Amino acid sequence: MDNKTKTPRVGLFVTCLVDLFRPTVGFAAVKLLEAAGCTVEVPSSQTCCGQPAYNSGDRADTKDIARNVIQAFEGFDYVVAPSGSCAGMIKEHYGELFADEPEWAQRAAHLKHRTYELVSFLVDVLGIEAVDAQYAGTITYHDSCSGLRELGVKQQPRTLLRSVEGLTLAELPGAEVCCGFGGTFCIKYPEISNKMVGEKTADIVRTGADTLLAGDMGCLLNMAGKLKREGSKIRVRHVAEVLADMTREVPPIGDTRGA
Amino acid sequence: MQSTSHAFKDNAHGALADERLQKALGKMKVGFQDKRTRAAARLPEFETLRDQSRDIKNHVLEHLDLYLERFESNVIANGGKVHWCRTPGEARDAIVEICRSVDAKIVTKGKSMIAEEIELNDHLEKHGLEPVETDLGEYIIQLRKEAPSHIIAPAVHLNKEDVAESFMKAHTLLDPHRSLEEPRALVNEAREMLRQKFLAADVGITGANFLIAETGSTVIVTNEGNGDLTQTLPKIHIVLASLEKIVPTLEDASTILRVLARSATGQEFSSYTTFSTGPRRPGDLDGPEQFHVVLLDNGRTAMLGTEFQDMLRCIRCGACMNHCPVYGAVGGHAYGWVYPGPMGSVLTPGLIGVQEAGHLPNASTFCGKCESVCPMRIPLPKMMRHWREREYEKKMSPQAYRNGLSLWAWFAKRPDLYRLGSKIAMGVLGAMGRRKGRFRSLPLAGGWTDWRDMPAPEGKTFHQLWAERQGKAATSATATPSNDRKAA
Repeated sequence: MDNKTKTPRVGLFVTCLVDLFRPTVGFAAVKLLEAAGCTVEVPSSQTCCGQPAYNSGDRADTKDIARNVIQAFEGFDYVVAPSGSCAGMIKEHYGELFADEPEWAQRAAHLKHRTYELVSFLVDVLGIEAVDAQYAGTITYHDSCSGLRELGVKQQPRTLLRSVEGLTLAELPGAEVCCGFGGTFCIKYPEISNKMVGEKTADIVRTGADTLLAGDMGCLLNMAGKLKREGSKIRVRHVAEVLADMTREVPPIGDTRGA
Repeated sequence: MQSTSHAFKDNAHGALADERLQKALGKMKVGFQDKRTRAAARLPEFETLRDQSRDIKNHVLEHLDLYLERFESNVIANGGKVHWCRTPGEARDAIVEICRSVDAKIVTKGKSMIAEEIELNDHLEKHGLEPVETDLGEYIIQLRKEAPSHIIAPAVHLNKEDVAESFMKAHTLLDPHRSLEEPRALVNEAREMLRQKFLAADVGITGANFLIAETGSTVIVTNEGNGDLTQTLPKIHIVLASLEKIVPTLEDASTILRVLARSATGQEFSSYTTFSTGPRRPGDLDGPEQFHVVLLDNGRTAMLGTEFQDMLRCIRCGACMNHCPVYGAVGGHAYGWVYPGPMGSVLTPGLIGVQEAGHLPNASTFCGKCESVCPMRIPLPKMMRHWREREYEKKMSPQAYRNGLSLWAWFAKRPDLYRLGSKIAMGVLGAMGRRKGRFRSLPLAGGWTDWRDMPAPEGKTFHQLWAERQGKAATSATATPSNDRKAA
C-alpha cells in the first residue's frame, strides 16, 4: 500500500509485561505512533505472544495463543510491539509453528511482514529521525538479545535518543551480552541468571550513567531488580518512556516517585 | 566418561562458588571473543564462506552413505583400513585389537573428543596399555585425572599455578626446587617429558577434523605439532573419527578450514594442518607402517532425518561456548559430559539420552549469540527448543512448573478472564508495592527475589487504563452536541 498518502492504521501489541507491570510504556508507544501520523488501535482480545509456552516446549498451547494473536491483528496495516522479544516471536517463529497447516502458515506469514518492534518501526518504516523530548541525564543502553539478533535493532534507538534534548549517551561495554533474564530461565536457573545479571550491572555502573534504558520489559525488570538489590541509584526505564517524553508521569522501574 | 549432566544445577552451583575457576573463565571469554571478531572482520568473504561451509555439510548429510563408502575405498586403495563401529564398545575393541597385534605398550594420543566420548584412556589402561596425551592441555588434565572443560582448550578452567602444582606432583624425578612460575618453563618441561613418550610409542592415535572422500585422507589441525609426532613416529597410526566428519573433496575441506580456525581461536589458520593419506609408501622418509581409521557412529545416524540433523554440521570449533554467557558463568565441567556449551546442549541429549541430559537444553536464555557466531550456521537455540518439546511431551519438567505454565496458558487463551485476573492481581501487587516501588521477597517468586528485587507494577493494567480512556473519549464524544458522528 502507499503509506505516503494514507494514515497507517497500527495495531498495538501491548505485550504482557507492559500490560501488567508498566502500562506507561504502552501509552508511550501510542504517543510516539500518533505523533508519527499513525492511528493506533489496541485489540482487546490480545494477551501474550506465547513465548513462555513456546520456550518451555509446549507447542500445543503456543499454537492456540499464536492463532489468537493472528486473528486479533488481521486487518491492520502494521502491528507494533514495544518489545523486540515479542515482535521477534511473531515475526520469526509463528511461521515454523504452522509449518504443516498451510492456511495458518499463510496467515502467520501475512502477519510477519506487517509486524515490527516499536523503535525500529519508527526509524526504518516511518523514517523518523528525531523526537520531541527532553531528558536531563546520562543514559546507557542495553541491546536486548531478540531485538538485536532476530530483528537487527541496534542503531535505531540510538538515532532517536541522540535527538532527545539534554540527553548524553554513554555506551555500555558488552551491551550485546545477555542480561540473564531469558524468560523462564531466570526462574529455572536463578543462580546462573544472577551471575549474568551481576556482571551486567557491574558494566552498567562502570559507565557512570545515571539512567539505564532498554527496549524490553523482561530485561528491564531483571536489571532494575538487580540494581535496586545492590542499592544502586541508577534509574531504569523503557526507551519509549524517554522518547515519548513521559518520564515525569511515572517513577523509574523499581523506584517510587521522588526517587 | 560417567555423565553428571543430570546434576547440572549442583555442578553449576559449585562452579559459581569456585573462585579459581571464575578467574580462569573471566580471562578466557574476552580473549576468544575479541580474536574471533577481529579475524572475521579481516576477511571480507567470511560470511560467504560460512554459507558455503553450511551447504557443503548439508550436501554431505544428504549423501552420507555415498561419501563414506567412497572414503573407505580410497583408504583401502592407499593401503589403509577402515573399521566401521556402531558403538563406543566396538570402537574400543577395534583399537585394543590393533594395539595387541603389535604387542604395543605405549600409545601416544593427539587431542580427540571422540576418545573422550568412548572413554578410551580408561579402556586402554584396563588392557595394560599406557595412553599418553600429547596435546599440552590434554596432558595436564590427564595428570590431574580430569575431563576436558572445553573442546579446543581442554584445560581452560585452570590457571598456570594449577598447572605448576600438577607438574611438581607428577614429575617426581625432576628437581623439586625448580621454578615453574613462567608459562615458558611449563611448556618446556611438558615438551621434555613428552619427547621420550613420542619416541617410545608403538601406536599413535589422533582424531580427525575432516575425512576427505575423494582422496581417503584424514586431516587434523593443531597448534603444537604434537599431532604430527603422534602419527608419524609410531609403527601404527589410528585415526579415531565420527562419521559426520566426512567432506567430499580437498576443495571442500579447504573452504571449511578457512572458517574453522578463525571461529575457534581467531587465527587465520592453525599452526599445523596435517593431511594423512595411508601408511608410509616405498620411498617415503617417514610415516607409519599401518594406517587405520576407526569410524564411529554412536547415535549420529539416528539424528539424520530428525530435527537434529543440522547438528551434524558441527566442526567442533568451540565458538558457541566461547561466546555463551552461560558457559562463561559456569565453565565446561558443569555440563557434566564430554561436550559443553551450546553445541553440547544439543548434541549430548542426542548421544546419551534426554533423560540424563535434560537440563542442558533448558540452561539457555536463547540469547542467540551462539548461532550468530557458528561458522556452520547451526540453529542451536531452535534445536535446544526441540529438546524442550520432547521433554514436555515426556512430562519431564517439574510438576509445579508444568502446573504453573498450564494455568497461565489457560488464562492466556481466554482474554476476558485473563483481563479480569490480571486486573485483580496487578491491583493487589501495585498497592502492596507502592510505598517502596519494589519487593524484596514475594510468595512463589523466590527464584527471582532471592537474588534481586521485583519491581512493583504500576497498579492498573494497560488494558484497564486503555478501556477507561476509550470510555472517557466515548462519553465526551456523546456529550458534545456538535460532534460529527460520521467523522468519528
